[in-house]
Amino acid sequence: MQRRTRFTRRATLGATVLVAALGLTACSGGGGASSDALTAKGPITIWYSNNEQEVSWGKAMVEAWNADHPDEQVKGQEIPAGKSSEEVIGAAITAGNAPCLVYNTAPSAVGQFQKQGGLVDLSSFPDGASYIEERSGDLAKQYQDADGKYYQLPWKSNPVMIFYNKDLFTKAGLDAENPSLSTYDDFLATSKTLVDAGVSKYAIHPAPTSEFFQSQFDFMPLYAAETGGTGLVEDGKATFADTAGEDVATFWRSLYEQGLAGQEQYTGDSFADGEAAMSIVGPWAVSVYKDVNWGAVPVPTKDGTSADETYTFSDAKNVGMYTACENQGTAWDFLKFSTSSDEDRALLETTGQMPIRTDLASTYSDYFDANPSYALFGDQAARTVEVPAGPNTVAELQAFRDAWSNSVIFGKGDVDSSLKDAADKIDELAAQG
Amino acid sequence: MSTVHEAAAASPTAGRSEEAHRASSGGPGSGHRAGRRRGDDPRGRRRGGLLGKNPLGLLFSAPYLVFVLAVFAYPLVYAVYIAFHDYFFTAPGAVVARPFVGLDNFVTAFTDPAVIRSFGNVGVFLVINVPLTVVLSMVLATALDRVVHFRGFLRVAFYVPYLTASVAVVAVWLFLFNGDGLVNQVLGPLAPTPSWLINSAWAMPSIALFVTWKQLGFYILLYLAALQNVPKELYEAASSDGAGPIRSFFTVTVPGVRPATVLVLLVSTVTGANLFTEPYLLTGGGGPNGASTSPVLLMYQKGIEQGNPDQAAAIGVVLVILVLVIALLQNRFAGGKDER
Repeated sequence: MQRRTRFTRRATLGATVLVAALGLTACSGGGGASSDALTAKGPITIWYSNNEQEVSWGKAMVEAWNADHPDEQVKGQEIPAGKSSEEVIGAAITAGNAPCLVYNTAPSAVGQFQKQGGLVDLSSFPDGASYIEERSGDLAKQYQDADGKYYQLPWKSNPVMIFYNKDLFTKAGLDAENPSLSTYDDFLATSKTLVDAGVSKYAIHPAPTSEFFQSQFDFMPLYAAETGGTGLVEDGKATFADTAGEDVATFWRSLYEQGLAGQEQYTGDSFADGEAAMSIVGPWAVSVYKDVNWGAVPVPTKDGTSADETYTFSDAKNVGMYTACENQGTAWDFLKFSTSSDEDRALLETTGQMPIRTDLASTYSDYFDANPSYALFGDQAARTVEVPAGPNTVAELQAFRDAWSNSVIFGKGDVDSSLKDAADKIDELAAQG
Repeated sequence: MSTVHEAAAASPTAGRSEEAHRASSGGPGSGHRAGRRRGDDPRGRRRGGLLGKNPLGLLFSAPYLVFVLAVFAYPLVYAVYIAFHDYFFTAPGAVVARPFVGLDNFVTAFTDPAVIRSFGNVGVFLVINVPLTVVLSMVLATALDRVVHFRGFLRVAFYVPYLTASVAVVAVWLFLFNGDGLVNQVLGPLAPTPSWLINSAWAMPSIALFVTWKQLGFYILLYLAALQNVPKELYEAASSDGAGPIRSFFTVTVPGVRPATVLVLLVSTVTGANLFTEPYLLTGGGGPNGASTSPVLLMYQKGIEQGNPDQAAAIGVVLVILVLVIALLQNRFAGGKDER
């Protein structure tokens, strides 16, 4: 400890002196992605998410492939542990040892990975764009970069909805089968009834913390619903400093002001623990909340929107192909195999997450008939919005989150000007990208 | 040159070995011994040449030297390079321009009010954490040194938080300090609203308290070691001069452990300036409203999450310089007498 201090300080002094001399160049390696790699075949490594369901899906899928492809063996690994998957992948890109495919590439990180030269443009495969568009239809569009290229394959989504605890609703004297939650006024009234009745401390408790991605689970779904499918940024301009944005923000601010939503982070799962009677979650929640008698409804809008017209946030995870991959030909074939109709069915059945496919509900209608609790999500998956594209996504989301934390969660200043300030900042960031 | 002296003063062991060296190699007042030593020298000098008197010493120190160069010096110099260029991390094969941009990164970073605020926040943290650490660890170490029963248990008890992973301890503190937590229930009407960790006035002091408590065991250990070197005769002399326990604490213990105090000051300042885990976890990303954001948390957000390592490096360079200045001042005022 003491030695580190000493040496750091000495080294620092030395370094500060050296500053002047540091117009020098740091060498960055030459070379570039060769087009030969696109067709090369051979063994590859892939990473998949580390949750139990996805691991079992991933293992089975890799096994099935390996049985038929002795010369193109695939090694499946759980994504290494880190603060977040994005950091691990980012570090792997820089180190040049990223795997061929990562089945857990967050759309919010794709712009950065692309800027770093870490991702393969899938459109450069002859059938790249056509395969993606055939599989995902119109939903694919929001995963293109500014030039219309695909640096990610839209894979699966977790469209978020409002989960509510039927038992607590009944206890509070509310109709648990047809809860009054579709308009802001209804939602606020229902929330107030729940809290006043003392059945739960809060009506709803999305994480009130400042991480950039948290707005994906409070503002973004409601804004998408209110506007019929608008994201935070469209055509390089922030969208949300409008009436719809103000309505959504004011709605949330009322929840916080009246103590119906919690300002403090909760260390457990507020919905499972009964700390909150509602939650904003995706279909992964179905298997997690087995012990809760729950129901699900679409997110509310100001005047109420019917379920089949309500948009929400996708919470998608995609597949990226990384430039460190030597056998990209195999990787592409494997990517198509793993997102084929059969594997998508296996994914749906094993994980309950929604493959980003056109006509999801009809393609797997037998599954949804047998599992009605997923049917709502399957239908909702057709109407989702994504985070803004480009290399500054995270900075943009953080700028939004900071404004949100200030004016909505902690009720400082007025909502309108805070949204406008955030929009200005995001416009600037989007222009850089 | 002065750095070497400060560094020596900064660590009790280095300070002692230097004194020992002076004593044997002829500091002021040991003239003839120095002469004898010089008599031995010629052979050594002839052998030394470029590699110095003891070439073998280089070999022995090489592993650590390499470690320091690779793990501290190189990244530090590289960070300075990054701070002055338009830089982002890239895949090994990618060819990108990284033009020299002068002070642009510094201007971008430090025109962001959040960055300025984070430095203020960490200032608040240091003002609470460092003195509290020094006082508490010195007093507790003295008490632990005297205590007869349960000595081992007590020492371990203070050390356990230091060994426990922050992530685990943070969860406990979240329970203790939330709105319905134990602390607020004990305080009753005196509890702040909003509660500690989401109160912009209390978030940073709460973190400072948490870190003080968590690190205390380590600093107590440093003081315990230093206390073993305070000659017992001094206490006896003090007591025969009529000094009570409090008087001898201030006139014997405090000056006796001064080298340790300088070390504790420096280490707690440096670790404090690098504050990250607590705002990241305890206050959910520097909340509320950035009231507990630290410069290193911002460096993480900008450098790692948002892909602007150049701005992050600019913040880092300024942070290093500020810490250096603080450390220099601490040395002047707390470690002054060792200089001569």
